[in-house]
Amino acid sequence: MEYAPNKDVIVKRIARIFHSGDVVNLGIGLPTQVVNHVPEGVVIILQSENGLMGLGPAPEKGCEDWDNVNAGGSPITVQPGGCFFDSATSFGIIRGGHVDYTVLGVLEVDQEGNLANYKVPGKMVPGMGGAMDLTTGARTVICSTLHFEPSGKSRLKRRCTLPLTAAKEVDLVVTDLGLFQVKDGHFVLAECFAPYTPEWVKEKTDADVVIAPDCKIVNLD
Amino acid sequence: MLEKPIITAQEAAEKVKDGCTLMSGGFMGCGAAHTIIQALKAKGLKDVSLISTDTAMHDLKTGKVTGIGHLVVDRCFRKITASHIGLNQETQRQMNAGETEVELVPQGTLAERIRAAGNGLGGFLTPTGIGTEVQEGKQILNVNGRDYLLELPLKADVAIVKAKKADKAGNLIYAGTARNFNPMMATAADLVIAEAEEIVEVGELDPNHVHTPSIFVDFLVKAERLEM
Repeated sequence: MEYAPNKDVIVKRIARIFHSGDVVNLGIGLPTQVVNHVPEGVVIILQSENGLMGLGPAPEKGCEDWDNVNAGGSPITVQPGGCFFDSATSFGIIRGGHVDYTVLGVLEVDQEGNLANYKVPGKMVPGMGGAMDLTTGARTVICSTLHFEPSGKSRLKRRCTLPLTAAKEVDLVVTDLGLFQVKDGHFVLAECFAPYTPEWVKEKTDADVVIAPDCKIVNLD
Repeated sequence: MLEKPIITAQEAAEKVKDGCTLMSGGFMGCGAAHTIIQALKAKGLKDVSLISTDTAMHDLKTGKVTGIGHLVVDRCFRKITASHIGLNQETQRQMNAGETEVELVPQGTLAERIRAAGNGLGGFLTPTGIGTEVQEGKQILNVNGRDYLLELPLKADVAIVKAKKADKAGNLIYAGTARNFNPMMATAADLVIAEAEEIVEVGELDPNHVHTPSIFVDFLVKAERLEM
């Protein structure tokens, strides 16, 4: 089977997880795009860790207010009913369990629910930012990632080798091959994305994958 | 209400001494005291220990620098305590080359450590960082069956914060996400210098809308530079 990286299916599938009223924090990069695919009629509340509830779409060019940025420093708008707060309150919201979902990027994620995404020692050290607080505090931790590294290696591992962002905090991993639950020390393939087959996904993943008895083939195109 | 001295950015910069610990508000440059930062750059500064949630931006390819990143380029810091340095390639370069010590602190822990210092707390217990490198060298306490790290307060000699509006007494109002770390930092330093876009007479601010009470602020500076 031919593999072609497809970020769209990842964000499309994650966007369907939410229900109206959910408080969601989307990480920088791929997770940010999830918001563009939330089904009509589902109203989520976006939290931004730099001190905002009710994150709206990016402003039109020329209408930027540089007092209002997202966690990546890009200008944003605020939804009616939104509000601002300081960073201590923001992380009180996060640590206190008031955020329903956090969606983060991945360098490595393993079958124990460990996530590494903030540091490649000696090479790339962006820092954890708010990711450690988010993975600790959010009710559900969702990892979003292409299934394979550019080298072809599986990003889903038996054991992370890079410094951890989160220990045993990951609940779901959504890749361009499928949706995995982290359970009892292995990945459970709950959904497999067409055109791939569950057996192929299991074979290509460098971790213990159990195909759920009710594993669905989902077409997200 | 007593009024606070309104000083120039240059006078503010003179109060920041070589070797001191400096807190700088702002998030990716949003809500940073850009006028004071530029005055510090002009004055020159060395061996300072910086506490800031990030070091703003510095793109080594384009040479674009923002916010506190201007002082990173000039090697003003011997140590940087931050949660994120991903958009400042120069900070990463200095760290990897061993030129500047960088301590990475989870953002919520950083905010709370600063808050603790300003609020008279001896520290706090957080689950953030358990099972990661962040727990190294720290005390772990188990409370009701859950492990927590004991995190200690973080204070500074000087804090530079940025407000949208101040009154001459030093009450501050922030705008939008430019609030971020500023309110906590204003409580956690021996000397607090607030840069404000607008400085109004005492009595002109609605007391209901004040974010930082005047007593935390020692000096005011009128913002002249708003771009990052």
